[in-house]
Amino acid sequence: MFGKISFNRKQVTDIGIDKTLETISQEDIKKAIERVLKKEASARLKVFVETCMRCGMCTNSCHHYLGHEGDPTYAPAAKVKQTIWDILSKKGNVSKEDIKKYARIAFTECNLCRRCVQFCPFGIDIAYLISLVRRICCLIGVVPQYIYDQVLSHMQTTNMLWFRQDEWLDTIQWLEDELRTEIKNGKIPVGKKDAEVLYLAHGLEAKYMTGLLINMAKIMNVAKIDWTVPDTDGWDYTVKALYAQDLETIGKVIRTHYETALRLNVKRIVIGECGHAFRTAIYEGVRYLGWKEPPIPYIHGVQFFYELIRDGKIKIAKKIKEPVTIQDPCNIVRYRGMGKMLRYIVRELCENIVEMTPKDDHNYCCSAGGGMIDAGPPWKSARIEGGKVKAEQIRDTGAKIVIAPCHTCHKGIEDLNDYYKLGVHVKFLLDIIVEVMEIPEEMRA
Amino acid sequence: MEQFLKDPSIYTLARGPLVWIAFLVFFVGIFYRIWEVVKLAKKERIIYPYLSLKYTLRSITHWLIPYASISMRRHPWFTIITFVFHICLIFTPIFLLAHIELWYESWKIRWWSLPQSIADVMTLTVILCAILLLIRRVIQPDVRFLSTKGDYFALIITVLPFITGFLAHYELLLDYKIMLLIHFISGEIMLILIPFTRLSHMFLFWLIRAHTGSEFGAVRRSRDY
Repeated sequence: MFGKISFNRKQVTDIGIDKTLETISQEDIKKAIERVLKKEASARLKVFVETCMRCGMCTNSCHHYLGHEGDPTYAPAAKVKQTIWDILSKKGNVSKEDIKKYARIAFTECNLCRRCVQFCPFGIDIAYLISLVRRICCLIGVVPQYIYDQVLSHMQTTNMLWFRQDEWLDTIQWLEDELRTEIKNGKIPVGKKDAEVLYLAHGLEAKYMTGLLINMAKIMNVAKIDWTVPDTDGWDYTVKALYAQDLETIGKVIRTHYETALRLNVKRIVIGECGHAFRTAIYEGVRYLGWKEPPIPYIHGVQFFYELIRDGKIKIAKKIKEPVTIQDPCNIVRYRGMGKMLRYIVRELCENIVEMTPKDDHNYCCSAGGGMIDAGPPWKSARIEGGKVKAEQIRDTGAKIVIAPCHTCHKGIEDLNDYYKLGVHVKFLLDIIVEVMEIPEEMRA
Repeated sequence: MEQFLKDPSIYTLARGPLVWIAFLVFFVGIFYRIWEVVKLAKKERIIYPYLSLKYTLRSITHWLIPYASISMRRHPWFTIITFVFHICLIFTPIFLLAHIELWYESWKIRWWSLPQSIADVMTLTVILCAILLLIRRVIQPDVRFLSTKGDYFALIITVLPFITGFLAHYELLLDYKIMLLIHFISGEIMLILIPFTRLSHMFLFWLIRAHTGSEFGAVRRSRDY
């Protein structure tokens, strides 16, 4: 009962962390810490660190703690203790080994889901403190390689996949051809001015998951939306720089999105089902650029589908009969209260809904968010272990389909499904809508 | 104060001038700390534009009512202990007859006081709760991992005036005057330390809840409780 508690982890090699640490100097570490903790952070850091009473109310709010059989080093406040408090108590004189530990905790043991904030009696924003640690690591250059590569891609191409502008245009062309095999005269307008809606795609929708972009095009065509996609870079709504806390790149990407929308003179931006992009576009990015609110409405897939169904722009032909459950992505539910809209849509699409407990804004994170899935294969077991409570939640519902309106939740839960043998199908709202919606006879090819 | 001038000794010093110094440091310290935080928060551009009175009040209400938050419902025992602890901790010294007598002696003001028996129960409750909190800190692994010397020190400093006050009143353990002297000094140390240690959560609580409550309610449209 009174044994010493220490930080024990399996060894994991990530060249973005290990190799970078070989090349940097003590000076680099000191400079980064000083810049972040002295210049960039101020009131929140000071007050949060001083007020925490070490009461442990946050401990069992965290899925990582619950997934590791009560290892106290996984508790939210413990992660702050082992990073920020440690840096402050060492007055910034930290070793490379320390940085390695901080990077591991900040990038692979916290999803920035902010559930612990709801459990703290003071409302201390633990996720903010962890993102400060990520910011320090990012300035040093110590970031999991898979995240860093995507950030570099964003810096140069504004998308996550090193896609060139002509490849994007080419992709849209052949996707339009595919669309026309199902929808008569189906169109994907490119760079159309004065349209109602500018649709931005997920990077993967242009490469590995093109089915999603075609499905979105089907909905746009059937609902007769006046829409367009960008004809330039900036078509990809993802912002992986958020995960590294590379604020400058966040600013660059988000600025490009809004500038593209303003150049095309559209009424609003619509994105698909993605959590982090929405959050960055309306919080981090906007705030970094010095705006209080987005300059034009930025609509998430869930909000968009809600409007389409509510206004009868798409009609549902038949409802899904199998039991479904709903995953509430942190970035749109805890961060934007879309739980009710999401449930409205699912009720319209499905007959048998079994809710997870807890649900809505108290739901557990899928354990893949906040960059953990983007940290790539070296860290897969970290998120599988952290996702234990999510897997149990899903198993308890007995549902056959999990609706996850977020790319990260989607992939994360698919991996949990494989590992914990849950026997479910993970689906986007988009997949289900296209499956059950009415396509008028005259529109069919 | 007059007693000290007539008969300067450690006892009269702790009973008179030191009390006023402690109160002065306590109030000035709190104002200084709040002013400091409010000024620093201006530098962080993202605090003030989003503050909302409605959601600040929503947040504070949910955290001042027992079991009004999911977190408190998940920790039923800890919640009841901390609530009782804080209520007794704040109200006992304010409404204790012996303290009011001292205010009357200096400023000729008095207010309603607790019957002695209830005051005794409340004092013992504070001590009991503190012991429970201390035990929890030692045996619960996640809390023990977080705890530092300062956390134990803060708990002891908070409860010491209650222990010594009770012992002095019933003339137990030590000579009445010596125990009273320890009571004065421990109370003064507690007042002086509140603005500058983690006990500052007494006033920082309201500021953080304003920020987090507004951020969750007005911006993120979800619950922070």
